[in-house]
Amino acid sequence: MAILDAQNLTIKFGGLTAVSDFTLHMEQGDLVGLIGPNGAGKTTIFNMLTGIYKPTEGEIFFGGQSLKNKKPFQVTQMGIARTFQNLRLFNELTVIDNIKVAHHLKVKYNVMGSIVQTPAYYVEETDIQQKAEKMLEIFGLEYRKNELAKNLPYGEQRRLEIARAMATEPQLLLLDEPAAGMNPQESKHLMELIRWIKKEFSLTILLIEHHMDVVMGVCERILVLDYGQTIAEGAPAEIKGNKRVIEAYLGDLGEESTDA
Amino acid sequence: MTEKLDRKTIITKKMSRNLILIGLILGLYALLSFSFGGNAYYMRILTLASINVMLGTSLNLILGYTGQLNLGHAGFMAVGAYTAAILTTSYSTPFFVNLFLGALLAGFIGLLVGLPTLRLRGDYLAIATLGFAEIIRVTALNLNITGGALGIRGVPYLTNFTWAFFLAAITVWIIVNFINSSHGRACKAIREDEIAAEAMGVNTTYYKVLVFSMGAFFAGLAGGLFGHLLTIVHPSSFTFLKSIEYLVIAVVGGLGSITGSVMAAIFLTFLSEALRKFTELRMIIYAGALVLVMLLRPQGLMGGMELQLEHLDPRNWKGYLENFKNRQVSKLRSKRGDRNGNT
Amino acid sequence: MSEALVNFLQQLVNGLQLGSIYALIALGYTMVYGIIRLINFAHGDVYMVGAFIGFFVAGWLGEAAIIPALLLAMIGAALLGVTIERLAYRPLRSAPRLAALTTAIGISLLLENLVRLYVGPNFLAYPEMIKRVNHYFGGVLISNVYMIVFGTAIVLMAGLQYIVVKTKAGKAMRAVAFDKDAARLMGINVDGIISLTFALGSALAAAAGILVGITYGRIDPYMGIIPGLKAFVAAVIGGIGSIPGAMVGGLVMGIAEQMVVGYISSSLRDAVAFFLLIIILLIKPTGLFAEFTQEKV
Repeated sequence: MAILDAQNLTIKFGGLTAVSDFTLHMEQGDLVGLIGPNGAGKTTIFNMLTGIYKPTEGEIFFGGQSLKNKKPFQVTQMGIARTFQNLRLFNELTVIDNIKVAHHLKVKYNVMGSIVQTPAYYVEETDIQQKAEKMLEIFGLEYRKNELAKNLPYGEQRRLEIARAMATEPQLLLLDEPAAGMNPQESKHLMELIRWIKKEFSLTILLIEHHMDVVMGVCERILVLDYGQTIAEGAPAEIKGNKRVIEAYLGDLGEESTDA
Repeated sequence: MTEKLDRKTIITKKMSRNLILIGLILGLYALLSFSFGGNAYYMRILTLASINVMLGTSLNLILGYTGQLNLGHAGFMAVGAYTAAILTTSYSTPFFVNLFLGALLAGFIGLLVGLPTLRLRGDYLAIATLGFAEIIRVTALNLNITGGALGIRGVPYLTNFTWAFFLAAITVWIIVNFINSSHGRACKAIREDEIAAEAMGVNTTYYKVLVFSMGAFFAGLAGGLFGHLLTIVHPSSFTFLKSIEYLVIAVVGGLGSITGSVMAAIFLTFLSEALRKFTELRMIIYAGALVLVMLLRPQGLMGGMELQLEHLDPRNWKGYLENFKNRQVSKLRSKRGDRNGNT
Repeated sequence: MSEALVNFLQQLVNGLQLGSIYALIALGYTMVYGIIRLINFAHGDVYMVGAFIGFFVAGWLGEAAIIPALLLAMIGAALLGVTIERLAYRPLRSAPRLAALTTAIGISLLLENLVRLYVGPNFLAYPEMIKRVNHYFGGVLISNVYMIVFGTAIVLMAGLQYIVVKTKAGKAMRAVAFDKDAARLMGINVDGIISLTFALGSALAAAAGILVGITYGRIDPYMGIIPGLKAFVAAVIGGIGSIPGAMVGGLVMGIAEQMVVGYISSSLRDAVAFFLLIIILLIKPTGLFAEFTQEKV
């Protein structure tokens, strides 16, 4: 059974159709890349998948369940986690608290329990602390755990955001340009990490990326978007030779290089 | 990696910490009532300070921890004050029950106000809360049960230092415990970035409304105490300026710092009393000091830090001094780095 | 005309007059908010200071000196507004928003109490700058004072609209409101434009202060608090940041208030604004004139 089944998604803002007729099936364990020039609608698709935008047409199923009318926090509870293109860390919280927030949806003690500090509260809090530390260790951020998130260097902030998404214990992870702003060495390291967590946590990953080499290197299947339309889909090798893809990218080449 | 601590050790450790805190609170109470018990004037100021602690910390929960602007705290205070005063003067229910019912109604009104308004952001929310508080006040001004423009006179003088001190201690205790839980972290996440918080599975509407009505509950509780201290409940006690007074406590103490709010509440209550002699200059000094504090230290006195039990232990002081020095050095370094890094 | 209709038209005229004053104050709020995202709580007090400058100029030059009073009050208030921005708000531009808001409240208290220290806490009778002549139009009273207040307000608003839409400085102002950093890169003197915004807004508020003094015949150091709040609400109703919005919001507010006072109860006078605010915020949170913008994710 498909873990994610997005059927004919279309979204319009006023008169503008940002994404039209987008269809995506993902099986458990897939690693799919979503590429396309700036403004092609990639992040808009993420926003629809996570409940931030409501598609004008079409429906999304996750593990067989419809995501219709689900709020973003409910989508996360169902098992989809994401990162953001422009980092959205909890800047004034420590690194470890950023992770601990993500454990929120697994917490069983209620508000009363926290006020009178029941034994269950202590036990769960200790548990959360240990889990969070372990997650930081995986992402090599343990030594930063008590620093404020905003004080981390850029690359580490990117890693922290992925770690935070992982801490919600998702089945499907959506990564929005995880390697943006990283140097080639950092992004290579990141790709290894993504491959590793995918295996370790038996994840399914959908990834938006601008760095061509990164997408080609790590993804098994790629979708190319241009002006909201899916213009190609296939294995990396097929995409590389696709005429329409090359056209879409060449038209945008100038912009790409200023943005890197 | 940390080894798994067993249930019993964790609980005993935390419990002993709680016992120390309870001991400190009782000790402080004993010390204050022993030192000032004979002086009715000082006891009254201390009582007022305790009430302000409740209002400052409960507002900080909304502003500083959840990041929701609220310029109408005095409105919720009014609901508690009127309810408790009406119950005391018209029915012979016990004082504590009246206070509690007043707080409960304030919390409920907080819920009603919060549900529609909390989807507004930032300044829109601020102005809407200001509007609601003003509507509450005008309602009190026009109802018979609240005594209209005359207010409720002859409210029995039931609020003493003991009531105010322990209710303030309980308020602070509850708020601190809430903040230090997963629920409190969810609130801080909302403050930092609402969209990211939602993406981490936090039901942002639920927490915003919860915190808003929790804050209103404690404001109502403090309002009940306030009415039974002044022995009169009057609409002019709950104007916009009153809300501002608590905003100032929360901001000057430091948003996101409960100990900051406690200290600011006590300090500002005493300052206000000390300036009472200079009627003409009082507000000028107060306003001037406020502007100066904000310009020199916009993050407030405590700036989001908390004074903790460990900080009171002299054995730790040397370490703090080192940390402080290191921080200053690294701050200077990063400043220099910034300048070089700019292109 | 029937008595009911005359009564209604009378309330409408009174409402328009009151509304034009709210609109003048609201413009300052909306311009400042549009450009630095700050609820300038001291704005109502700049309006109060303007009224007092007019009061003293009239005391000095005689009662008939309405034009010099108006001009000097506007210049004085503009200088005050610019000074406040320079000393109290500019250093906090990158600080937490609540720090700036609290500072604005502090400045507001400071102005009120400084003026109070100087003139005392009581009402002062405002000089009769215009000899009141009553005109009746089919039973509706429209005095020459009303006409002058309304006329001055319209002229000033038209002047502001001209500056914002037609002049280079106005274009720069809109650019800064839209994106400060981009405007700076385009060579716009952002700090200068912010100062100009404060100067214009404060001058309009001072004019409103004098018009209120003339209409109601009395002023006091706390006269700015409630009209200030109401004018801000008017700005929000119109859509904060929008200049036509502030004008329409002010008029709507004035008419609504006058209708409630005329037909329901004058004790609800101050609550009208907030009822109106909450209704608008719940139906169209961005106000009547502002475009809805969703946060970019």
